[in-house]
Amino acid sequence: MSNNNIVEIQELIKQFPVGGGFFTALKDINLKIEIGEFTGLVGPSGSGKTTLLNIIGGLDSPTQGNVNVLGIDLGSSSHNKRATLRKTKMGFIFQSYNLLPVYSVFENVELPLILNKVNSNERKKLVEQAVEWVGLTNKLKSRPNMLSGGECQRTAIARAIVHKPALILADEPTANLDAENSHQIMKIMVCLNQELNTSFVFATHDEKIMAYLRRIIHLEDGQIVKDEQIKNPEMGEKR
Amino acid sequence: MLFNLAMKNLIGAGMRTWLNVFVTAVSFFMIIFISGMYDGMRSHAKQVTIDTEVAGGAYWHPKYDPLDPFSYEDAHGIPPKEIRDLIKNEKAFSILVSQASIYPNGRMIPVIMKGIESTQSIINLPTQSLMKEADGLIPVLMGSSMANYTKLKVGDTFAIRWLDANRTYDADEGVIVYIMETENFKVDMGTIWIPLARAQTMLDMKNEATYITFAKNISTVQENENWIYRDVNYLMRDMEAMIAADEPNARIMYAILLALAGMGIFNSQILSIFRRRKEIGTLMAIGMTRSRVVGLFTLEGGMNALFALIMTLILGGPVFIYFATYGIPLPIDYTEMGLIMAKRLIPVYTMGLFVSTTLFISFVVLVLSYLPSRRIAKMKPTDALRGKVN
Repeated sequence: MSNNNIVEIQELIKQFPVGGGFFTALKDINLKIEIGEFTGLVGPSGSGKTTLLNIIGGLDSPTQGNVNVLGIDLGSSSHNKRATLRKTKMGFIFQSYNLLPVYSVFENVELPLILNKVNSNERKKLVEQAVEWVGLTNKLKSRPNMLSGGECQRTAIARAIVHKPALILADEPTANLDAENSHQIMKIMVCLNQELNTSFVFATHDEKIMAYLRRIIHLEDGQIVKDEQIKNPEMGEKR
Repeated sequence: MLFNLAMKNLIGAGMRTWLNVFVTAVSFFMIIFISGMYDGMRSHAKQVTIDTEVAGGAYWHPKYDPLDPFSYEDAHGIPPKEIRDLIKNEKAFSILVSQASIYPNGRMIPVIMKGIESTQSIINLPTQSLMKEADGLIPVLMGSSMANYTKLKVGDTFAIRWLDANRTYDADEGVIVYIMETENFKVDMGTIWIPLARAQTMLDMKNEATYITFAKNISTVQENENWIYRDVNYLMRDMEAMIAADEPNARIMYAILLALAGMGIFNSQILSIFRRRKEIGTLMAIGMTRSRVVGLFTLEGGMNALFALIMTLILGGPVFIYFATYGIPLPIDYTEMGLIMAKRLIPVYTMGLFVSTTLFISFVVLVLSYLPSRRIAKMKPTDALRGKVN
């Protein structure tokens, strides 16, 4: 694996058991993503983009092929090793935010740091920094049910970046948001990508997101049909 | 770390946590309360038997067999000197037992006639009432159940017939001088009590006795002349056997209560954990290992049990103390059914009951937290995130 590659996938096949047979969700995927990329996996529903994102995140296992993320071969690594990888070097952003409902914004953002056994003073500093990044300083004590959709997603972003991971995986992060909030969220992520050099991989079919991406990998029926580099992303330049 | 997270989850869940804790606390309370009542019944029965019948133990005439009424004819004699000294010092008293028949309202009812020292204060029977003036009639003390059965009341007279030492039937008129309320059916049903001296005269057994009951903490006599020493354990053996025979029932009842409690806890824990599977998926996605997820939820279950115990002590404690002090009034007089039961039942709450119930409920809660969380943690994180159930 090249030092520059954060994700390297070779001959990936993913099948799910359906009835007596199998449904092939991904086939013959070969892909490399470099450090600092702002990449989107784009395609219609059922094209396999979320499955691919989950495999990159170690939440799902490949049926065949090699998946190497951040120097770890996910196909052969244990649950615990993958969990450690997610804990230390990855961040997740979900379509439905997946915030813990009984925790405040501060506590939700703090959670990855607790898992990483960061001491409480350092935690407080990092949480405040992350929350400031996403502009939620005045909502630290609010619970998710007191936040708007955009604020929830910004909290989820803060949770994903608080431990300064190398890779952030975002599954349809703007699907539940209106246009204004979607743009705000994407601007935050572009900013994080540029300032922290954090790699982002999105699974999306939202055109608003695509306008920010610097690389778009098109998936159809579980296969990569097009991999395009965007030299000057439309919205990214407008920041 | 897990402890802090578990505490945060429990406190943060607010009403959901307190409902779970309340369900568990109710289970704690019900098991301890009902088991305490059951233990109280048994303990009371033993205590009443000791207070009204057994005292510190007895010396039996060698031929006395309380289960064989025919033995009564020969089971009498003058107690040995050492025992007589105990009687003289009011540390023991004599009882003379014989078969008799009474004829209340023209009916014949076989009874056991017991002559007892009127002045005794070793057992809790109102024998002083036998000192009342009876106009030459035989003063008779009987229990309220016996009085109900014979339809006799204080002042009623009736004929008593007995077999004296010379194997001769004799009869005289008796009068009810007192009807006692007692929870010990063995001193009530089928028994009439008369003054010892009168019984000795009637039976022609001067200074004789069938058995001697002595006070608690009296050491055994050396020269007992074959009178048989019966300690409390021996005299209580029927009661102990009855309680031992009842033990399976008590265990079944305890098991039913635990099963009911277990089902309540099962429902609340399973519901609580399964509705949090998306949360479990999220925790796994941000890097929590399966074992830690299981540990977290099991710990939450354990803390739920701990909170429930504290809630039981705070809310149920005063109730336990009140009932243990003042008892629970029972609506029915169970002594008429041949049961030694108080009219106010005093529950007995032992440390063993608290500890065993706490351990069991905690174990149930831990298992019921561990199993579903383990099942969810075994799911693929992607399925857990979607809230899918396997």
